[in-house]
Amino acid sequence: MSFMGYERPDGSVGVRNHVGVMSSVMCANEVVLRIVEQASGSIPLTHNQGCGEYAYMPYNTLAGLGKNPNVAALIVVGLGCEIINPKSLAKDIAKSGKPVESVVIQEVGGSRKAIEQGVKIAQKMLEQASKIKRTSADLSNLRLALECGGSDTTSGIAANPALGKAADMIVKAGGTVILAETQELIGAQHVLARRAVDEKAAQQILKVIGKMEERMTKAFPIPVPLIAPGNVQGGLTTIEEKSLGDSYKAGTSPIQGMLEYAQIPKKKGLWIMDEVGFDPESVTGMIAAGAQLVAFTTGLGTPSTFPIAPVIMITGNPRTYEKLGDDIDIDAGTVIEGKEAIDDVGKRIYNEILAVASGKATKTDALGHKGSFAIYWPWPVPKQTTNKRDCR
Amino acid sequence: MLDRLLGLLKVRRLAKAIMMEPKDNVATLLADAEKGEVVTVTSPSGKTTIDLRARQHIPFGHKIALVKIEKDEKVMKYGEVIGETTTPIEQGEHVHVHNVRSITWGKFK
Repeated sequence: MSFMGYERPDGSVGVRNHVGVMSSVMCANEVVLRIVEQASGSIPLTHNQGCGEYAYMPYNTLAGLGKNPNVAALIVVGLGCEIINPKSLAKDIAKSGKPVESVVIQEVGGSRKAIEQGVKIAQKMLEQASKIKRTSADLSNLRLALECGGSDTTSGIAANPALGKAADMIVKAGGTVILAETQELIGAQHVLARRAVDEKAAQQILKVIGKMEERMTKAFPIPVPLIAPGNVQGGLTTIEEKSLGDSYKAGTSPIQGMLEYAQIPKKKGLWIMDEVGFDPESVTGMIAAGAQLVAFTTGLGTPSTFPIAPVIMITGNPRTYEKLGDDIDIDAGTVIEGKEAIDDVGKRIYNEILAVASGKATKTDALGHKGSFAIYWPWPVPKQTTNKRDCR
Repeated sequence: MLDRLLGLLKVRRLAKAIMMEPKDNVATLLADAEKGEVVTVTSPSGKTTIDLRARQHIPFGHKIALVKIEKDEKVMKYGEVIGETTTPIEQGEHVHVHNVRSITWGKFK
């Protein structure tokens, strides 16, 4: 099986061809936005980190995003005094062979000059990128990120199982699938460990999810955040059932192991990324690990998107598809209505994944959503100890 | 057409439930089922596996027992254990927090 993608110098294949403008530190965000305004077609990648004692943590995420095969070329805009060195970051990303340049505001003499320089570079990059054409690529080059948000009862019996069928098909064809949101897997870790490819991966799964379980128990004395009264009213009986329903979107493939946040998987197949965070943080980690697109299940509906990767939105709730259909690509609610079998919806999702990978715009793409990008902060590592950033 | 025929014969509409994996002993309702209503259970491939009667009102999203489940027996959904029964459950009965306990939950003290 194959799709039409953009081949990059390092052999990876993108499903989109973005020229990205990324800030290495939040102080450079405004300059990034002004550059993008004038270099039509480029994509801003702004965030609120890059400095302070723990700035080394976002480094891998930013590097990963720059290396993602959907990025054809990248400009790193930095301030000059931040902990994350913009030039080192640019050099690191440039190892992938794609054009990467840096613009340092304090060096070039302020924001206006930085914007001017950035726009010149971006325009050159846009021109170069426009010459790259899609070519046939094997499905084994595909990395799919899985996410869920606004779940309801239909998630576990329609949307997630259907996506799971598609995920199985991708893994069988040699591709990679990444499941995240560790807190959604509590109660199912023994099941997942049993499906691990080897003992090492099994132990990893038990340890990592077990640690999250312990953390959650200590932070919340009663189970409410994990299985809320609304969940129970909707029919969910145990935490095992809820977590299994969630993990079902990853299908039944053997699990290769656990990944750290933004860690690039060394082998193909199904992986679980350890992180607990909101959707933007969660998706950011998987895109930084090289995922080119996102399959997102929702019960209640959400227009979540991501700057450099298309999001295929799937709902199992027929009412949600009716009300929020503008934002939703796949109606898995047909399962609830008895009109379609899960297997058939799964095949539909698989075909949609191939189509979107080859260039089809998703509903939210067509709406022009730019998407949010946020870097995971793995508490209980403390955030900045004072409100004032320590600008050394 | 079928609806009209059923209406003429005054037969109740068939409720539907879905069974996720062959090993499961419960199915999840895709629509509310009234007490006594026949529930058609389908598999993910769409084939009907069993027809059974709901022993009480079971709401959409809730579970129905596909077979008799003894006390302290495992409840299976998605081909895996999702809990244990706290009392014997008859075929067609509502399966939920009143007759099932979590096995992992005991760890949350």
